[in-house]
Amino acid sequence: MSNGAHAVRAAVAVLGVAALAVTAGCSSGSSSSTSASSGDSGGKVTLEFAQWWEPELPAGALKGLMDDFTKQNPNIEVKLLSGPYASTKEQVVAGAASGTMSDVVGLDGAWVSDFKKQGAIADLSALMKQNGYDESQLVSQVKLDDSTYMIPVLNFVYPLFTNDDLLSKAGVTAPPSTRTQFMDAAKKITAGGAASGWVLPLSLDAPNGVQNDVMSWVWASGGSMLKDGKPDLTNSDVKAGTQFVKDLWDAKVIAPGSFTMKEQDKVEQFTNGRVGMMIDSLAHINLIRKENPNLKFSISAIPAADGYSGKRGIPYASWGIGIAQNSKHKAEAFKLVSYLLSKDVNSKMSTLANAFPGNTGSTPDFSNSDPLFKSAFEIYKQGTPANEFVGLPVSEQLMRDFGEQLQSTLDGKQSVDDALKNAQAKWVGEF
Amino acid sequence: MAVRTGNEARVPVRTAPKEVLQLSALTHTTHAVPDTAPAVRRRAHWPVLRRRLTPYGYLAPTVVLLVVLMFLPIAMVIGYSFQDNVITNPNPVFVGLKNYVKVLTNPVFFTAVKNTLYFTGVSVVAHLLLGLGFAMMLNSPLLGNRTKALFRMVYVLPWLFTVAIIAVLWRMLLDPSGVVNYLLTVVGLIHKNVEWLASPEIALHAVTFINVWSGYPFFMVSLLAGLQGIPKELYEAATVDGAGPLQKFRSVTLPQLRPIIISMALLDFIWTTQQFALIWMTTGGGPINVTEMLSTFTYKLAFSRYQFAQASTSAVIILLLSMALAFFYVRHQKARD
Repeated sequence: MSNGAHAVRAAVAVLGVAALAVTAGCSSGSSSSTSASSGDSGGKVTLEFAQWWEPELPAGALKGLMDDFTKQNPNIEVKLLSGPYASTKEQVVAGAASGTMSDVVGLDGAWVSDFKKQGAIADLSALMKQNGYDESQLVSQVKLDDSTYMIPVLNFVYPLFTNDDLLSKAGVTAPPSTRTQFMDAAKKITAGGAASGWVLPLSLDAPNGVQNDVMSWVWASGGSMLKDGKPDLTNSDVKAGTQFVKDLWDAKVIAPGSFTMKEQDKVEQFTNGRVGMMIDSLAHINLIRKENPNLKFSISAIPAADGYSGKRGIPYASWGIGIAQNSKHKAEAFKLVSYLLSKDVNSKMSTLANAFPGNTGSTPDFSNSDPLFKSAFEIYKQGTPANEFVGLPVSEQLMRDFGEQLQSTLDGKQSVDDALKNAQAKWVGEF
Repeated sequence: MAVRTGNEARVPVRTAPKEVLQLSALTHTTHAVPDTAPAVRRRAHWPVLRRRLTPYGYLAPTVVLLVVLMFLPIAMVIGYSFQDNVITNPNPVFVGLKNYVKVLTNPVFFTAVKNTLYFTGVSVVAHLLLGLGFAMMLNSPLLGNRTKALFRMVYVLPWLFTVAIIAVLWRMLLDPSGVVNYLLTVVGLIHKNVEWLASPEIALHAVTFINVWSGYPFFMVSLLAGLQGIPKELYEAATVDGAGPLQKFRSVTLPQLRPIIISMALLDFIWTTQQFALIWMTTGGGPINVTEMLSTFTYKLAFSRYQFAQASTSAVIILLLSMALAFFYVRHQKARD
């Protein structure tokens, strides 16, 4: 072999080793951080808590709660990793995949099934048992195979918002409480020419409109899209709810632009008085007041099918909490979870976030908040929280599958029956 | 400055055996001979090796970065495409071409390919035509320098916005109750509000239009530089030969710009096929799937359905298509050189 060839071979070998060293460095970096917590220095544990809550709460509120927690537990410090909802989701997905998830994570019910399948989140039932935690104080738990994987810390409900001025101009004296009244009110508002009756966001990149604005009609009348935990989209309740949405569409009472409209567009349309009614999160009351202080609006329960007298399901979204399976400090992490769900802290959080508590004994302090929150709390207590997408596998994709079929139906390309049949087939495939 | 040649470098290597012989002659009765000889040889080899390795040492950081940040991830994604659901499955197994069969038999994949081809084809042609038109306008002797500077600034504006701003801007402009519908109604071109991005019939054309709007300045700036580089003598000669403006354009301008046009068109084709952010932020691939592109299709597989193996497969297919385009680009560049 020539000297040149020898040198080249040596160089390649050196490069190979260097590359391996760098990659090994990367991988050892990730493996050493599998606990995600900064480890224990002198018996002190630092927990990482990844969530999207901090930016949505008043500045410094969550940090203050964490400082209080450290005061009560001097050996545990909490490092907050905060970001917007969407980036938190991607961060948790990536962390779950690489085993570098934070010790405690903010969870959405829609993610739980996939994380559980991935083995990324810990069984909270076992932790509750170990710590002798009283489960009866929890409003709800997200269970899979009889084990809890997520506990909702706060709940945000989605009632019906109505624009008082537009309704009274259209001659509608009270918010509708049945589907017939809703259709009638929507037609009258649209006939006024200045606004549309209802708004329906069906964007496919953020398909939660299917959950909040379509399925909510089914749940409000006691219907269900599942049977024994499996998809059941062709039942009469789902059919009636979907047909009602189609009827509203055909009556041209829905604001234009539905197929690419997102939740924020919906809120903006309502805030600007371009639509008379919308189903939306209570969390947006402050935003609407800030953007349009002159807008007069009310909230009420989502209208049910005519003649329905049972308890009304009211859609909700949660700020859920879970613990990473790879956390080395599960006991400390559970202390943080219990702290956030304790009666007083949970009351404080629900007041700060304008949400409803995850502890049955907690009550939000409505003294300084918008009076609408108080009435919403009444609606919440009279109804039952309903969100069947929580805990389902690939729930965002299920919403998208349904959304695509619904769009096709509204566009006149297929019947409601065909849409439900096709969506059912897709859902069964996804399950 | 002294210049070292390859011959100089080889000198110690050639003399080494002689030294070894002399040493062995002097000390043949001792046991040190077998140990000393390789040591001397090593000493003699070292400067050569060092000199030969030096350039690789300089290259090493770049090569290591390329390997770690490009080749390894690409190799991993290719590896993923042959396994069952990676990432979500802790112990994935080799499944051969199963993922390729799944992706290639998915009807939405073909819709995505068709949409991507339309979106890319129309965008590249429109970028070229608009870019060339505006560049010629800005190169025209009929306009004063100040006017040219003003228009140059105005025309280049769309290129200065980031994709997020472009998406938000056009979502608002094309809203059913937005400015575009208002203006078109005022001038009497439409009689009811059009759902530009939400109508299955119009959405693909609308997002293509937004992409055309945001991308033509890159062509314009490059072609303007090309136009300014065409020697005036060529036009003068053409005038003497009696050529009109159209003939000058066809026989002087276009042939002179040809290399730039071909390079730009190929690059634009590669970039546009990979457009994701604009589609995602305006339509998300909808309504139904009329604006689904290969990029959004892949993203949904990964982050909505958590089918990372299938998403890797789709990414590998896109990589192969991009490599085919890159091949033409490199061949064209080589032909130019």
